[in-house]
Amino acid sequence: MALLQFDQVGICGLAAAVPAQTILSREYTQYFPAADVAEIVAKTGIEERRFAPEGMCSSDLCFAAAEKLISDLDVDKSEIELLVFVSQTPDYRMPATSVLLQDRLGLSKQTMVFDLTLGCSAFVYGLSVVFSLVQSGQIKKALLLDGETRSRVYNPKDRRVAFLFGDGGVAALIEKDPKYGKTFFSLNSDGSKGDLIKIKAGGYRNPSSAESVKEKVVDVHGNISTDEHGSMDGADVFNFVIQEIPNDIARVMEAAGTDKKAFDYFVFHQANAFMNGYLAKKLKLPLEKVPSSIREFGNTSSVSIPLTIVSQLQGKLEGKKKVLLSGFGVGMSWASAVMDLQDCWISDVVEL
Amino acid sequence: MVMETKFIKVIKDALEIEDKNLSMNEKFKEFEEWDSLAQLTLIAELDENFDVTIQTSDFKNINTLQELFDHIQSQK
Repeated sequence: MALLQFDQVGICGLAAAVPAQTILSREYTQYFPAADVAEIVAKTGIEERRFAPEGMCSSDLCFAAAEKLISDLDVDKSEIELLVFVSQTPDYRMPATSVLLQDRLGLSKQTMVFDLTLGCSAFVYGLSVVFSLVQSGQIKKALLLDGETRSRVYNPKDRRVAFLFGDGGVAALIEKDPKYGKTFFSLNSDGSKGDLIKIKAGGYRNPSSAESVKEKVVDVHGNISTDEHGSMDGADVFNFVIQEIPNDIARVMEAAGTDKKAFDYFVFHQANAFMNGYLAKKLKLPLEKVPSSIREFGNTSSVSIPLTIVSQLQGKLEGKKKVLLSGFGVGMSWASAVMDLQDCWISDVVEL
Repeated sequence: MVMETKFIKVIKDALEIEDKNLSMNEKFKEFEEWDSLAQLTLIAELDENFDVTIQTSDFKNINTLQELFDHIQSQK
């Protein structure tokens, strides 16, 4: 059981950047009738999303968020000795985007950097890795950058996924300081469900070909996609979430020796309003403690947890706040954390 | 019988067909209200009311309400 515990390491600030281009779901009707779209939007609760224009990458959003955070907190860049970039939509297949970001951000050549490629669980997974390295005591400050351009991953002619995903990037600054208390992580995986959310082709198992980019009808409902677009079995993803996530939350709370009543906020991966609503109901959580950014940003994969904190909790994190974070999705991969945010700085959301 | 009445109510709520008279021989996947969103709602309602989850692969072999009901019983 991967239950990790850290002490005196914490997030000192968070910033987020989103594309200015706003897609109104109810007007996204070029491939489906408005009535069908309205029915989908009513269920998903996703009214708006941000789409990166051509040429804008996850890394550009992360870069903007990082610059904003560094400037707001007046951070001496020479103290940043670790940068982890979390994404499944990197700039290139190689080199790793984190290395390019080291140079763009003007960080020292002695900075330790690498990419971490997980989906909706990745912010929490990334935090566990960064906390672990920072706790080792040799790193003064670390940047966890997390960006996604999921709008480009799914085919707009596939109604199962066309109305869910959006783009964004975040930066979190992590440091070691006695003012931070203990943090607990539970980290999990189930590769037997690898087909539930998948882009079949374009990697090395099924390389890109003329066939892989061909649009075809993929189900009895007439949805159209290609092997290089993401597919998702929404019903079984839902089953996975309602079976695994309550158990994982119970596990991490038990490890932390705490219970639901102790928390100020529960921040979940923002999948869609139906799933998140049912999860909160199943866990019997008071809704005022479950912030949501689904309405305005949709599902931004790993970015959704920190984007929800930045967009919904600014001005609400003074002093010590106990939060539960839980991310779940593609893999399947899921991770939960119990931590105290101590005067965590939240920058204004940057629009690019 | 009580359980069957509750089951029918859950089906009607999930598919938004409160006014329809339902028999257990009904092939619910042939209803015009049946689509992926209805399936999601039904999965959530069955989890909430009967504490069972129905996988996509299970739905493939279930056609009538009786078969769905029997499947729920077998999972409990």
